[in-house]
Amino acid sequence: MFSFKRSFAVVAAVAATGLVLAACSGPSADNSNSSSSAPSSAAAPPGSSGPLKIAVVTHGSAGDAFWNVVKNGAEQAGKDLDVGVDYYADGDPGNQAKLIDNAVAQKVGGLVVSMANPQALQTSIQNAVKAGIPVVTINSGEDQSAAFGAIAHVGQSEGLAGQGAGQRLKAAGKTKLLCVIHEAGNIGQNQRCDGAKQTFGTVSTLQVDISNPTDAQARIRGALQADPSIDAVLALNSQVAARAVDAAKEASSKAQVATFDLNADVVAAIKAGTILFAVDQQQYEQGYLPVVFLKLYKENGNTIGGGHPVQTGPGFVDKTNIDTVAPYAQRGTR
Amino acid sequence: MTAAIQAEPDERIAKKSLTDRLVVRPEIGALLGAVLVFVFFSVVTGQFLSPLGVATWLDDSSTLGIMAVVVALLMVGGEFDLSAGVMTASTSLVTAILATQAGWNVWLALLVSLVFALGVGAFNGWLVMKTGLPSFIVTLGSFLALQGLNLGVTRLVTDTVQVSGMRSTSGYESAGGLFASTFDIGGTEFQSSIIWWIVVTAIAAWLLLRTRFGNWIFAVGGSQVSARSVGVPVVRTKILLFMGTALGAWLVGSINILRFASVQANQGIGLEFQFIIAAVIGGCLLTGGFGSAVGAAIGALIFGMARQGIVFAQWNSDWFMLFLGIMLLAAVLVNNAFRRRAERVRR
Repeated sequence: MFSFKRSFAVVAAVAATGLVLAACSGPSADNSNSSSSAPSSAAAPPGSSGPLKIAVVTHGSAGDAFWNVVKNGAEQAGKDLDVGVDYYADGDPGNQAKLIDNAVAQKVGGLVVSMANPQALQTSIQNAVKAGIPVVTINSGEDQSAAFGAIAHVGQSEGLAGQGAGQRLKAAGKTKLLCVIHEAGNIGQNQRCDGAKQTFGTVSTLQVDISNPTDAQARIRGALQADPSIDAVLALNSQVAARAVDAAKEASSKAQVATFDLNADVVAAIKAGTILFAVDQQQYEQGYLPVVFLKLYKENGNTIGGGHPVQTGPGFVDKTNIDTVAPYAQRGTR
Repeated sequence: MTAAIQAEPDERIAKKSLTDRLVVRPEIGALLGAVLVFVFFSVVTGQFLSPLGVATWLDDSSTLGIMAVVVALLMVGGEFDLSAGVMTASTSLVTAILATQAGWNVWLALLVSLVFALGVGAFNGWLVMKTGLPSFIVTLGSFLALQGLNLGVTRLVTDTVQVSGMRSTSGYESAGGLFASTFDIGGTEFQSSIIWWIVVTAIAAWLLLRTRFGNWIFAVGGSQVSARSVGVPVVRTKILLFMGTALGAWLVGSINILRFASVQANQGIGLEFQFIIAAVIGGCLLTGGFGSAVGAAIGALIFGMARQGIVFAQWNSDWFMLFLGIMLLAAVLVNNAFRRRAERVRR
């Protein structure tokens, strides 16, 4: 016969063991400003007998046009410099942390990480640094980069880029702006809209779901119909920009669209005059440069940026320079 | 039917062979699948079996496993909970907002978040039982509602889409010690979520197989009408099961917020189907009345091993989802073959 009491005791014992084990080492709180510096010597880490291997771990969802360019940049740098480059991505910060742990377990020679959610990645990145793997952060998380022990940060300060976009729109004589956020959970997008607000003035924000283009277009159309006085739309991504152009057409609104990031559609629209300008953060460099930096660090002990982020943007693409940029966007490098 | 001859022993107490007895266990197919996946990646990749590698895929399996187990109990009881994925984020957000914005002690915030979770679970269960609508529909509604609530409240309170700053709240270290610490085996750090996963699986398996409540779960999932007519408290059982998935979501949410110290408003969306597929790989039927807690835990293990194994194997990440889909389908097919065999044995 099975006894209720005994089985409960067993479960309790298992649970207790778990708690005792768990009491080994908890996470550390934020009472000490521990800024672990990168290892000063460019000593070769364990397992770097062969050619240099670099893992690139980003938060860009698979199939995102922007991150595809970053990936192309990293892979091209790998080819040019004879470095092995592996690209991984997961939009969920917990999963991204696990991918970083995975790269550390593989004993890669260098790590490139985008930090959309720095706190979630902190432990994993610091573990990589502790294991002697040099880390370069890209795209977002510039404020935490040095504190986590990264040797450099390559990206575009979102606030500055937003301010630049707001300024340009104001100069174009616009009065009311709709800023379209497509990734709930991405702090950088909010910073862009806030930056635009600082230099432009009247800005309302709209939340759409990038994984559902039909829905995104319908929501932008609705917002334009609801407030006919909106005369400018700022999209934060080239796919959303194309949707915003269609939405403005459908709503027969006078609103003109400006966007962050380039792709072939945006290039065509700038040529046609339906998109005013694109803020280009030249993310190809965010893929390419870290590979260069890591190679220099490994082979010559060089660091870059002097503790400040290396800015890849904002660059602006409009009617004046579109013909130069167009062929590059076509091949997925701008 | 002819009259039974008494000389023959009744088929219900006839001795079965060991293989036949093993093959009727719902988790046997999952176990075989897990062994296959394990052996495959151990052979194909160098790091899969290294201590750090093992720590990585166990870590990945653990939080998924906690949820897969509680969802498996609910599925044996014949219901679905599509809000389970987004609940893991909601509970994190409640804890984080109370601790960082209202300045509460983390333990108190965790307690309120637990009450919130149990409330949502009870509401889901009550609504399903009250309306008689399929739980698929009801919990789809609460899933969407919670998704909106997560974003809306987070934006309202913080003006951004993340809540962070947990590391400087009072009680963070002690709560983190319980939920999100690491333990050391031979110089490798393992996440304590793995222990939680084992504990939750043990409790759920005991509940399902060794208690009266477990019999009720099988009964309400097998046939609600028959269960009611033999005196099983159907409404109470199902509401408790929905509260169980909410409790699991609270545990995972607490582990996540204390480990990552921040939470995004869009976390957890889409995970509910991963919980369900892990439970199904583990031998749960979508129709209810059959399944196992240990099986669901093994299903989550397969998921985690495949997910991290693909990365260790350095296959092109463009095809990641394709590999994962094919592997999971293969696991389910193996399972199905076993179940057919098991049904023959039972006859």
